Amino acid sequence: MSTKDMMPNFDLFQPSDMENAFDLLEQYGADAWPLAGGQDSLDWFKDRIKRPVAVIDLAGIPGMSGINEIADGIEIGALTTLTEIAESPLIQDSYGLLAEAASRVASPQIRNIGTLGGNVCQDVRCWYYRSGLDCYRAGGNTCYADTPEGLNREHCLFEADRCVAVTPSDTAPALVALAATMVIQNSAGSREVAAEDFFIGPDVDIERVTVLEPGDILTSIKIPSTWAGASYYFEKVADRETWDFALVNVAAVLRFSGETIEDLRVVCGGVQCTPRRLNGVEDIVRGSTRDEETINLAAGAAARGATTLNYNQFKIPLMENLVKRAIRDS
Amino acid sequence: MADNPTYKLIGKDFTPPDIEAKVTGAATYSEDFRAEGMAYVKMLLSPMPHARVTNIDASEALAMEGVYGIMTADDVPSFQNPGEQILNNEPNFVGEPILAIAAVDEATAANALELVRVDYEELPFVLDPLESLYPGGPDAYRGGNLVSSARVEEEDEVGDIGVTSHKWTARDFAAVEEGQLPMGEPTLDWQYGDLDGAFADAALVLDESFVTACNSHHSMEPRSAFSYWQNGKCYVHGSTQSQMFIVPGLANMIGITPDELVYISEFCGGGFGSKGGAYTIMALPAHFSRMIGRPCMLRITRAEEYYLGSARASFQGRAKLAFNAQGKMIGADVYIVQQGGAKNPFGDYGAAGTMVSLVYTPDSMRFRAIPIGTNTTPCGPQRGPGQNQMSAIMEPLMDKAANALGIDQLEIRRINASNHDTLTGGENRQKLSSSYMLDAIDMGAERFDWAAKFARNGERNGSKVIGVGIGQGYHSAGISGFDGLMRILPNGKLHIHTGVGNLGTYSYASTSRVAAEVLGMDWANCVIERGDTSKHLPWTIGQFGSLTTYTMSRANHAAAMDMKQKLQEIAAMDLGGEAADYDLSDETVFRISDPTQSITFAQAAQRALELGGKYSGEDPNGTNPLTQASVAGLAGTGLIGVARDTTPLNEHISAMVASFVMIELDTETGNYEILEFVSTGDCGTVNHPIGLEAQLRGGACMGIGMARSERQIYDPQNGLPGSVGLYQAKLPSYLDVPAFMDVSAVNKPDPTNPMGMKGVGEPPVGAAVGAVLAAVSNALGGHYFNRNPVTSDMILNATSGREQSHTPLQLFTQ
Repeated sequence: MSTKDMMPNFDLFQPSDMENAFDLLEQYGADAWPLAGGQDSLDWFKDRIKRPVAVIDLAGIPGMSGINEIADGIEIGALTTLTEIAESPLIQDSYGLLAEAASRVASPQIRNIGTLGGNVCQDVRCWYYRSGLDCYRAGGNTCYADTPEGLNREHCLFEADRCVAVTPSDTAPALVALAATMVIQNSAGSREVAAEDFFIGPDVDIERVTVLEPGDILTSIKIPSTWAGASYYFEKVADRETWDFALVNVAAVLRFSGETIEDLRVVCGGVQCTPRRLNGVEDIVRGSTRDEETINLAAGAAARGATTLNYNQFKIPLMENLVKRAIRDS
Repeated sequence: MADNPTYKLIGKDFTPPDIEAKVTGAATYSEDFRAEGMAYVKMLLSPMPHARVTNIDASEALAMEGVYGIMTADDVPSFQNPGEQILNNEPNFVGEPILAIAAVDEATAANALELVRVDYEELPFVLDPLESLYPGGPDAYRGGNLVSSARVEEEDEVGDIGVTSHKWTARDFAAVEEGQLPMGEPTLDWQYGDLDGAFADAALVLDESFVTACNSHHSMEPRSAFSYWQNGKCYVHGSTQSQMFIVPGLANMIGITPDELVYISEFCGGGFGSKGGAYTIMALPAHFSRMIGRPCMLRITRAEEYYLGSARASFQGRAKLAFNAQGKMIGADVYIVQQGGAKNPFGDYGAAGTMVSLVYTPDSMRFRAIPIGTNTTPCGPQRGPGQNQMSAIMEPLMDKAANALGIDQLEIRRINASNHDTLTGGENRQKLSSSYMLDAIDMGAERFDWAAKFARNGERNGSKVIGVGIGQGYHSAGISGFDGLMRILPNGKLHIHTGVGNLGTYSYASTSRVAAEVLGMDWANCVIERGDTSKHLPWTIGQFGSLTTYTMSRANHAAAMDMKQKLQEIAAMDLGGEAADYDLSDETVFRISDPTQSITFAQAAQRALELGGKYSGEDPNGTNPLTQASVAGLAGTGLIGVARDTTPLNEHISAMVASFVMIELDTETGNYEILEFVSTGDCGTVNHPIGLEAQLRGGACMGIGMARSERQIYDPQNGLPGSVGLYQAKLPSYLDVPAFMDVSAVNKPDPTNPMGMKGVGEPPVGAAVGAVLAAVSNALGGHYFNRNPVTSDMILNATSGREQSHTPLQLFTQ
């Protein structure tokens, strides 16, 4: 068994500009590890499971942190801490969904250090994978969770493909709901990817959870004003009220016109490898009055198509209930 | 808590002398120590739940710069199977230490470990005792699954140990329905009363199979140890709840005599039962230090603490309970199969039977139990071992009975509460020394306003529903036969030597105040000597089993009475008359008939030095050899008071707590908030109010964790433990427990303790877990899970009308 809680040595680089960071990423390729707040990274290092040769700390690069108003919405530096986001009056006023989601991540100490970029890029929390076992996601050829005896209470209902781990992020569903755009840079230039497309499942690449490739840096996240000031709902259900990952979370934005729900976006975390946009729910509710029938129809459609594992059937009523609350209580 | 007018110190708050260092961070724990030329030790842990090491090749590791040496099981003593080993070539749980490397720093040692090649032969492993009990089932130990003479009560010494392979018959398993606990041949079997008659006459019979969780201890300070050898003695800085109680066991593990060991443990960052006695891994740096001639530090990491730091045993059980129409439990037929863990199991199962007999006082009872080895973390004692698992199960069942019989849930507990005449179950039934449990129930019910609160049970507010519940906890609370030692110096100060330890309850200090109370000392003129055996400490009970307060108040009282007698004798020698003509006041000995004739304690201490003999420490007064050695070390330094507590004790000392809880449960999320919490203890005379409050509240937090989220999980496929980090083990956070907890005590004296005190460290846990789970079941309109913890997924399955995902007797569920 690998030694735990004892970090091996690596070269630590602290570039002071983006160009230098890209040079280092290029130089070390797959052996490089870009570091933001480190709240996920350090666990991997301490348990000697992920062993980068070069850790590239992005904290010293100007412009990577902060919340700015742009022409159509806001732009949040990827290294902005979760506490800054939760406490930002700008985000609270216009994008309360994200402020609330950020405020429910982990614990105050972790939110003070953990960043938005890190929160959306963090790896899955499957306990077998985190134990250092040689599962598919770790480059092996088996899954320990999706077996007749596997302990998979926290695993997925949808889109399993060899791996059944789920997205652990609280902010990712909020960003998908808010139609955010992820700004990615590498030495060749910059590109923007919709949050909905940023996250990838095991069917696309079983060893990654985002589209980021070696050499890429998520530099900022743009949130368009489309849903600014809209009604919203966020709820995270976990075993504990702090320092825990969601069993299921829900992030929703709704725009009303009188009594009618004119438009909405509803996203669940904790149910598949990526934030799950509930298109079926949106289609049922869009253009409807917020009445009991609509709420119940929406709830009933929330988990359609779910495939349960041994221990996670409770996520079906939980998804249904959270969607019900998102429509009913937003 | 009420002030006590009888005493000057007892019943009053004070600031224990170690508080300031803890609050300021100045306190030094075992891993804070450093020494010139020291080495750091890292261990290679077993990746398999049961294996045999067939070859070790450390040549590459030993060639690394900065590596000082390797230590394997062949270099350290081994202890009788299935005892805990220091290092083991036949590991039988994931995380058991196989070998260790010492190096210039930890990173080098860890890197060197990666170069050690170990070949294993995999052996069959088992996690579920029932699987091991099935004919042909795998055995967790070498040679079997049962320790033939397992410890039954924590107070007992370890007896002769042998391992046998114990199997039930296939017919035993076939005789029960799916989900019911099969009940083959047990190793513990006692009975009293007319059980058959009780079940024949019963107005209500419950027959429930159940499971309780395995819980880690989560001590904030892992069990690190630092050791070096100097002038023929071995110095060990360790992390233990106890002080002198560690010495014989640790000396044996190191292979030296107790007088060759200096043991230092001034502070302990939590133990919760897992650091009550000496444990094997703390001997590793001593052995390594002897081998390489350097001071050796073994820092245990958080993950290692989870792997090898012991855990509360889980139970698979069955309770058949018979009630008459009035709600009296007239019969109890209880069977417990205990997860034995990988090593000698602690006797949780035995305590479970005593708990049922004392908390529910059934007129007749049969108790059968068996602990079966499993390839899981060794099962050691955890705060209320056995008793508190039973609270989790029994309290909701009392409500089930009350509801079925149409009796108030408070009333059914009152009807079945113990009193002064209650006898323990077991082969040797003992009378309680005192029981004011009914007072505790009534006091708690009044503070909680039971009738008004229970009227709200089931009240709906949208998806939320109110649940109200009562829980009860019990633990034995004192024994006798230990030593007290103190001395008055010529400067008039009273030095109280205590070998108890510093678990964090401050009872080392509060029981020292008993001596000051007896002698009428100003507390400012008292010094507590502790934390280091070179300070000449007496043989005392360790800090475990809720025993310290009762046991050490007796021992310190006995030694203080010896001191008082000697003060009177010295005064009589100098001032004339008999010793009985003198009494103590204001740190002087005065003649009762003429208080102007007196000598000060300081003068008496000076006289003791001149008189010699028993006065200055040349007579250890029939105490334990370890105390005798300490007395000899103190001889000639002042007036010595030393005695063994020899007052006869024939009763069973019991402490109990009643807790009352109101929760608001959200049926749509399966989560709940604890809105109100009240806890009242029957623990005799209150000694240290703020310390007691901390015990009641802290214990409640552990109980709340047992109720809602804490559990150790093991993967059935590979025996891998999954709760090896604080966030994975899901101990309750600050936001999962109520911000305010109302705590109180009956404060009525126990007649067998000179000050009326009893311990109460453990029952608050059981009372809380029972009350919270009772409230959850009540909120759900009488849905009984027969299991702890009850997690949000289980509640959601219940509220959405789904079957639970686990089978009724399944262990280690996520």
